[in-house]
Amino acid sequence: MHINVFDHYHFQDSLIHRLDARVKAAVTVAFILSNAILPDGNWLAFAVAWLVLLLGNDLSRLGLGYTFKRSYIVLPFVLVAISVIFSPLGKPLAQWHLGFITLIPTNFGVARFFSILVRSWLSVQMAILLVATTQFPDLIHAFEHLRLPRILTTIIAFLYRYLFVLTDEALRLLRAREARSASLQGRKRGGRLTWRAKVTGSMVGQLFLRSYERSDRIYYAMLGRGYTGHLRTLNPHAMTRLDWLALILSLAVLSFIQLLGWVR
Amino acid sequence: MLLSPAPLHIPDGFLTPFISLVFWGATMIMVGLAISKTNKTLGERQIPLMGLMAAFIFAAQMLNFPVAGGTSGHFLGGALAAIVLGPWAGILVMTAVIAVQALLFQDGGLLVMGANIFNMGILTVVIGFGLYRMVIHRKIGARLVAAGLASWLATMAAALLTSLQLWLSGASRLEIVLPAMLGVHTPIGLGEALITVAALAFIERTRPDLLTSEKAASGGGRGWIIAGIIVSLLAVLLSPLASGSPDGLERVAENLGFLEIGQSAPCEILPDYTIPFLGETHLSTIIAGMVGALVLLGLLILLGRSLRKSPPHT
Amino acid sequence: MPVKHPPDYEITIPECKGDILRIRDLRFAYPDGRVALRGVSLNVCEGEKVAVVGPNGAGKSTLMLHLNGILRGHGSISIAGMSITRENLPIIRAMVGLVFHNPDDQLFSPTVFDDVAFGPLHMGLPEAEVYTRVDEALAAVQMDDFGKRLSHHLSAGQKKRIAIATVLAMRPQILVLDEPSSGLDPRARRSLINLLRELPITMLISTHDLAMVEELFPRMVIMDEGFVVADGPTAKLLEDGVLLEAHGLEKP
Ligand SMILES: Nc1ncnc2c1ncn2[C@@H]1O[C@H](COP(=O)(O)OP(=O)(O)OP(=O)(O)O)[C@@H](O)[C@H]1O
Ligand SMILES: [Mg+2]
Repeated sequence: MHINVFDHYHFQDSLIHRLDARVKAAVTVAFILSNAILPDGNWLAFAVAWLVLLLGNDLSRLGLGYTFKRSYIVLPFVLVAISVIFSPLGKPLAQWHLGFITLIPTNFGVARFFSILVRSWLSVQMAILLVATTQFPDLIHAFEHLRLPRILTTIIAFLYRYLFVLTDEALRLLRAREARSASLQGRKRGGRLTWRAKVTGSMVGQLFLRSYERSDRIYYAMLGRGYTGHLRTLNPHAMTRLDWLALILSLAVLSFIQLLGWVR
Repeated sequence: MLLSPAPLHIPDGFLTPFISLVFWGATMIMVGLAISKTNKTLGERQIPLMGLMAAFIFAAQMLNFPVAGGTSGHFLGGALAAIVLGPWAGILVMTAVIAVQALLFQDGGLLVMGANIFNMGILTVVIGFGLYRMVIHRKIGARLVAAGLASWLATMAAALLTSLQLWLSGASRLEIVLPAMLGVHTPIGLGEALITVAALAFIERTRPDLLTSEKAASGGGRGWIIAGIIVSLLAVLLSPLASGSPDGLERVAENLGFLEIGQSAPCEILPDYTIPFLGETHLSTIIAGMVGALVLLGLLILLGRSLRKSPPHT
Repeated sequence: MPVKHPPDYEITIPECKGDILRIRDLRFAYPDGRVALRGVSLNVCEGEKVAVVGPNGAGKSTLMLHLNGILRGHGSISIAGMSITRENLPIIRAMVGLVFHNPDDQLFSPTVFDDVAFGPLHMGLPEAEVYTRVDEALAAVQMDDFGKRLSHHLSAGQKKRIAIATVLAMRPQILVLDEPSSGLDPRARRSLINLLRELPITMLISTHDLAMVEELFPRMVIMDEGFVVADGPTAKLLEDGVLLEAHGLEKP
């Protein structure tokens, strides 16, 4: 039911979907890094980066606005950066008198603010594109290939697998709590803070115990299938010529963007 | 929505590459240490256990509860993970949680993931476990109080470090981001503390064998106490200092070569730029902190009472 | 409910050539002190399909966990003549395919392929062989194209099938299933019964589904309170209303 809230993979058959997960992960990180090191206020370079993103959207047949629609996630955080508009460096652009506060936006501050905004917004779209076109298990395989320690990839694999099972359990606990608190109608809603915290804490404790006991049963299931403490995995992926081509091409485009940004 | 992004998950674009890489470095060192320690000390059973604990922390973060004034207690879980699993395994579990949140849900960025892991997965574990380790052989009441204080402080410290990173990256002004972050996280940390305490009390009632002192201590020696105290003190001393006299901090950062752009010149702050109600931040932060700590203590005592009174129900 | 502790039936354990499973006087108590098995003896012949039934808490699941050495009680168990010792464990685990009650515990990998490949991989088989085994096992449960699917997207019936495939990939000598038909809708249950009928392998299952037992399993073992209280042809035991009632069972 709620599972789709979690799974951002978008079933499609496209060039981008078929690319090796390692290539996609590497290009995503390179893209984000490239945005991060572009100097502030390089709107042309940022615009080209955005075009690249649109092209990626199109090639993966998600529809041009797909990643755009979901990129609102960064918005709340933008609040944090607003104060930078009034950076004392640079030329004042205006004076705003708000009661007893005087705010002075400067050209430097405004450029900085919008650069942060654009960087963040481009980066999050690229990350969305990555998970929309790559099955998460493939991504885990990619990290194994890229020599991420096995213990971490294993924890992540378990986390991914049981995320759904445990959030289901958490939701059931939540529903049970709601059902019970509804029966208390007439009394003060919600109850005391400590009481609410206690109920939530008990749910967390219960969830903990269930997870703990489940991990025992999983351990048994692993033992039953030959696990002796050393995990082995197969990696059914191999880089094709197309993958290499895509990697080199993307890096070339990113280098071009950097060139645009730094050579004036 | 089920997932309300906590204001601690920094997205990409807000930190400079330099700050991002510095914290990636620190995180990699700590995670590397954690891996080699867990490989040595933990049995084969721990692999599925850590995986399930990561999923548990993830799921538990959905169990919000309203605290006051529209904020809801958001559970981070670093302190709880460290207390029940030991510090090294706690770090690995939190690393996995934060990595999946960033990768799968874009809750936090990729280039800045090192900083996010450091703030929410390492700092919280060091403070959470370090302070708890002090009283690990004491009675349950003392342990619960320590756990509560530790998780509140861990949340505040994470907020503090997040603000400092944002400021050093020139993404925000210190005198604004710091009080704002600490202010927002005072009730959030309170929720964290209450949930952690209640969860530990529940576990203690139903499966006390999981919280025995030998078990928890096996993962971390007494060195954790020292680390926990030092980091906590640093956090406690730094927050009034930073919000009270950002100029001093700025000079230090500048001398160390950290400060990028934006707020680098302490003396150039335009005289027009004043926010009177933040004027006396030095004093007000300290007072606010003390009041917060007192309120927390009172609530913990209340909670402890009500827990003792109620019969165990399963 | 009145439960007589010594067996109600005179149990003569049928011996046959090529006994694949031999349990003698197995006793087990959980660490918290609860006694779950109080002396269980059982033989299963090659090719036999045996159902273990009994009320909740009878000890069925506990018994099954002993069959591949996950739990170690007192008494003796031998699989195809081999006793369960530390050195034998890898072979025993390859020979006894144990499928847990809850497929969410059995399927612990993100994708179906990874899960089915887990057993063969950890038996140390070469890569090419692992792929063959996975294909073969998925084909055996009629889920050929499911390798790439994510485990958490499967329906309950599909999960049960994949769970069976995860152990079939190890080519076990004996398949041990804990409550295979629980939680399935009628159609999924029917297709599971057809699958179990067609699998050419020795089978020991625990279940509360007596209709399935009647249809599929010629031999039935009734357990209660950690004892085997009856062991014999299903048709005969199902006729004995008094016996069934004494152990909380109902004739289908
Ligand atoms: N992990 C455990 N720790 C302690 N006691 C246990 C544990 N698992 C089972 N028991 C107890 O052992 C006894 C046998 O349980 P078992 O699970 O084997 O029964 P069962 O026949 O499989 O029941 P069901 O039909 O409900 O699955 C029960 O009394 C149960 O409470
Ligand atoms: Mg059972």
